Amino acid sequence: MGNVDELEALLRPPALDMPPYPPKAITLASGEKMVVRQIDRDEVPILLEAIYPLLWVERDYYDIVSARLFGELLAYKRYRVKNEYVLVGLIDGVLAGMVNGHLVDEKVGMSYHTMTIRRGLRVGSHLFAAKMEYHMEFLNQEEVLIVAESPIGFRRWMIEYPLQKKYEVPHELGGGPSWVLTRDTYFAAKPRLVSGSRPVSSELLASAETIVLPAEETVKKQVLGGKGGEK
Amino acid sequence: MRPVSIIGAGMTKFGRSEWPLSKLMSVASLAALHHADLGDVKVDGVVVANMGAARLNRQTAIASALVDSLNIFPATAESVENGPASGASAFKVGYQAIASGMADVVLVTGVEMMRAVNNLEATDFVASLSHPEAEYIYGVTLPSLAGMFARLYMERYGVTREHLARVAIKNHDNAMKNPYAHIHQTVTMEGILTAPEAVVNNPPIAEPLHMFDCCPVSDGAASLVLASQEVAEKLGRPIVRIAGIGQATDTHAVQNRPDPTELTAVRLAAQKAFSMAGITPKDIDVAELHDAFTILEIAESEEAGFFKKGEGHKALEKGITSLGGKLPINPSGGLKAKGHPVGATGVAQLVELTWQLRGEAGERQVQKAKNAFACNFGGFGNNVVATVLTREV
Repeated sequence: MGNVDELEALLRPPALDMPPYPPKAITLASGEKMVVRQIDRDEVPILLEAIYPLLWVERDYYDIVSARLFGELLAYKRYRVKNEYVLVGLIDGVLAGMVNGHLVDEKVGMSYHTMTIRRGLRVGSHLFAAKMEYHMEFLNQEEVLIVAESPIGFRRWMIEYPLQKKYEVPHELGGGPSWVLTRDTYFAAKPRLVSGSRPVSSELLASAETIVLPAEETVKKQVLGGKGGEK
Repeated sequence: MRPVSIIGAGMTKFGRSEWPLSKLMSVASLAALHHADLGDVKVDGVVVANMGAARLNRQTAIASALVDSLNIFPATAESVENGPASGASAFKVGYQAIASGMADVVLVTGVEMMRAVNNLEATDFVASLSHPEAEYIYGVTLPSLAGMFARLYMERYGVTREHLARVAIKNHDNAMKNPYAHIHQTVTMEGILTAPEAVVNNPPIAEPLHMFDCCPVSDGAASLVLASQEVAEKLGRPIVRIAGIGQATDTHAVQNRPDPTELTAVRLAAQKAFSMAGITPKDIDVAELHDAFTILEIAESEEAGFFKKGEGHKALEKGITSLGGKLPINPSGGLKAKGHPVGATGVAQLVELTWQLRGEAGERQVQKAKNAFACNFGGFGNNVVATVLTREV
């Protein structure tokens, strides 16, 4: 048996070069500023902590999305998915939501999940748009494969953009067949669905340097319909 | 007719209910009965307002079900379906029963559970109140009717999207002070109108109306206990007297009205209610108007007689309709932010006004409120019930 490092190298998928996602600031309906930025692997544990209580929330498929996202985040941290990335939305440093995906190859991306913690402000819509922006404008890809696991996701992605069917291509998440966002669709939808400004001021960026978790009760209240903004 | 008072009020938190319909209306009813503290006095009758349980929840005869849930046999039981004006219509039926001498105590409960179905079906369900041949078959929905109404109103009276946003901002602010409101989220002019991101934050629904111009789809229940003056005085409760009720109708299809920007039924219903109460709009201290869409708060504030036609938006600009203003409108958050479970709405408006007149509205209390007005708007203004309540010292 070879040494562990050699084995680990075999287990890790080969990675393509990925330029980082440049952070941006988004003014929400409440007037609050949400910073969207990419995380590092060492920030995964705090996201797992945020997701954990939602594993048992059936409403709007939070349980399924949480369980899958939990695994995807672990896989990202421990190099078990090819070219995975995670973006987070932070309001005054407090986690409002997260999205992730990966690269199938240089031309094709794959969207994984969108998880909103702070509901009622279209945080999920903004974060999903940021994810598509990353694939199309910074990774310069041709298309992104997408599935929805909830009716809300279906309305937001398949209908609002609108995505095209690509049923002949399986999606790694299984379930429903793939839909695809092409460059044409993305740039047509961009004026009404993609927003935010760059560069982010150093002060705002500093506020988003450390991820702060809302209290577990606050998370549950927001996810279950309270829609409050308490920290 | 005998004088009638409201002696108890209660409601559930609006939003998305995990409870079945029967529990939702029972909880609101028990809250109102607890508030009334009837002691040995029996409830003679129950009137339930509801628009869609048969379709949305596969349940009919829900007034009988409520009597059973509350174990208040042999109280009479009736259900009232009158579109989004079901609540105030049921209230009127309860009032008539007591005023006529047929009953001494009546429980009026409004309930709706709209989130049992998806948004598309909920929108279609509400659209079923429109004219079947002239509107519905062409895909007309309530947001589309309100959008056309808003467009014409804006052109004619100088109302802008900023005015509509002001209604939303005010009512979201008010709802932050209401623990029963569906939406506890402030919004800002920057966030929903002026920032570049507003195009995403506040997408168009039916131009010129955007998402934050429209009420949410809600579950919820609200309940009132009505009693004869004799019973109310015997119990020694604070007395909120039903001073006036007016109702009026208009053409089913909006296109058949001489002027689509005139909400004639609102004007006539309000005039009748004020005439019966023997007071004028100037005497009103607080109002709950049916702001299913932001434009409707402005239009109804004019038709009810609070402001001249075309000047409602100017009053809004001056802060007259804000909490702390001369005439606070929708201190509860209105349908816009408190939520709009259609069958419950008319009752919930009167629950809020009862609390206001009793000085029990907490952070959103309108100081020294003596007279209150509610407008429950059915159809797209084709069936409207207006109510005037008065606090008796």
